[in-house]
Amino acid sequence: MHSGRIEKFYYLMKLGREFELAAKEQYMQGNIAGFLHLDIGQEACSVGAMQAFDKGDVFTHYREHVLAIARGMDPKIVMAELFGKVTGVSKGKGGSMHLFDPDLDFYGGDAIVAGHLPIAVGCAYARKIQGEKAGVFAIFGDGASNAGAFFESINIAAAWKLPLIFFCENNYYAIGTRIGWVSPFEELYHKARNYMPAKRIDGMDVCAVYKAVTEAKEYIENGLGPYFIEAETYRYEGHSMSDNGKYRSEEEMEIFKSRDPIENLKKHAIAEGLVAPEYFDEADKKVQKVIEEAIAFAADSPEPPLSELYEDVYCKECTNVIP
Amino acid sequence: MLYREALNRAIDEMMASDESIVILGEDVGRYGGSYRVSEGLFAKYGPKRVIDTPIAELSIVGNAIGMAIAGLRPIAEIMTVNFSLLAMDQIVNHAAKFRYMSGGKMTIPLTIRMPGGVSRQLAAQHSESYETLYAAIPGLIVLAASNATYAYYGLKTAIALNDPVIFLEHELLYPMEMDFKEVKNFDPFKAEIVKEGKDLTIITYLKMRYDVLEAVPKIEEELGISVEMIDLNSLRPLDMQTIAASVQKTKRVVLVEEDHKTGGYGAEVIAKISEELFYSLDAPPLRIAGEDVPIPYNRSLELASIPTPDKIGQRIIQWGRKNGL
Repeated sequence: MHSGRIEKFYYLMKLGREFELAAKEQYMQGNIAGFLHLDIGQEACSVGAMQAFDKGDVFTHYREHVLAIARGMDPKIVMAELFGKVTGVSKGKGGSMHLFDPDLDFYGGDAIVAGHLPIAVGCAYARKIQGEKAGVFAIFGDGASNAGAFFESINIAAAWKLPLIFFCENNYYAIGTRIGWVSPFEELYHKARNYMPAKRIDGMDVCAVYKAVTEAKEYIENGLGPYFIEAETYRYEGHSMSDNGKYRSEEEMEIFKSRDPIENLKKHAIAEGLVAPEYFDEADKKVQKVIEEAIAFAADSPEPPLSELYEDVYCKECTNVIP
Repeated sequence: MLYREALNRAIDEMMASDESIVILGEDVGRYGGSYRVSEGLFAKYGPKRVIDTPIAELSIVGNAIGMAIAGLRPIAEIMTVNFSLLAMDQIVNHAAKFRYMSGGKMTIPLTIRMPGGVSRQLAAQHSESYETLYAAIPGLIVLAASNATYAYYGLKTAIALNDPVIFLEHELLYPMEMDFKEVKNFDPFKAEIVKEGKDLTIITYLKMRYDVLEAVPKIEEELGISVEMIDLNSLRPLDMQTIAASVQKTKRVVLVEEDHKTGGYGAEVIAKISEELFYSLDAPPLRIAGEDVPIPYNRSLELASIPTPDKIGQRIIQWGRKNGL
């Protein structure tokens, strides 16, 4: 892995981590409300995947702030969305769980667990018949791998050899339900391996995620059909801000924290002489500035006017005929 | 008593008295339920009767129907009304119809609990009120618990009934401290006269009960009238008797609901009143409902999308002045 790429990984993961910490603080201060799902601990998945899958369509679950930023969404408009401001990417109407930007081919967060998977399949079908090279990337959690929509999606994607990467972030817990209580096994790639190539990787290692998604991307681009990646990962926080996550043991938490994607990348890059130690301080400073700017932007942005209430229910043409 | 404690107590007492009662849903067991309604039940009744399911709503309801056929009495919890749409096929095509399709041979004693409504900035996929969908289905019973007393007795009755019951709860009510009244000969299908009055009937249900209650003093003062207020409790069947007695007395009716106005449950109630009580009315009925938009995340827009005590008061005062009050 060349040093420029490692620098980029570090910067984006650090940006993601600090963004989430800032969001948490803003939530505590009452500037953000509703459900806020933090990606802390899982940054390697979001960043590694989006760096590898840099073209094509992305369908995502609702723990998606870092994924959106890694895709290229400006942290300012993500933070503004969390604040419910009109300058937010969804004009303050979607909030934390619904960051849509078709210009980035980024569709979601979708907050119905596994609800976006059949949609990703449809998009992959369209890309296939349109002769597009880049396919589709769909990210979801361990909980979604138990839903009917998941099984229908792997079946159809495989039957029709669709260009679709199924990326499962297995953090072992669907809110408070341990995956092993409700799935016959905890290694979830078993669910897909009769349908398509399916791999389990270290989702705490950004390089491993990058490598796996790159391979998957080549596979789907060659028209060979879908590809399944299970990334083992861990969320350091609760499911959302309304969950304290205390159903997990401290030992388990410590094991995963010792595999922290950001710290380990930094340690490794310095030890191997891939990146100069000074880079990290500079990157941290830059991150701090970007976060401060994002918060200032969100705080200073106006609320949506009440006239926005009935905007965007229908397209302009339909609005003219529907009273 | 907290609203959620009333629900918990109802389930606990029923489970203690009847071993065939089981509860299933996402996080209902070890976690104690997303809104802590099933807290303590896993420890007390164990994993065979308090079942943590995967995130698979179609299966939660489908499995519950199968359990009911096999002689159990399941209580299925759907985390949020929005997610119940994934189970809609099982609820509508299966649970609601098995008795009829089998010429009365099948019995599905099943309770499906669903929290819903606009909570606080949960946005469009977590904030809906879909009672109108379920109340339109023959074969289902639809109850809506606005208070601890009804939550307790209503849920106990629902569990004991031999037909599928959709038991609606509102997310903002769970932590509310409420009066609890002992009731003898509880009738789950009877609407409650929350407040007696003589000039205007306001009909409502679920959380809007509290918004209306807050608005009533100003309405009474500004219009110089007395308001009668009805909480429906049961949406299917609808207690037309209580409604008719009130409307015949007051001759004016307003319905307040949180759901979207178009096709909302209130449309059905007002249609029935128009059909059956037209000549008793001295004024056209008024519906105050949620706006016809998906629920927005931003707090001001969110509040603009649903009735609030202020809006309810203003709207009724304005309407009352135009209509001879």
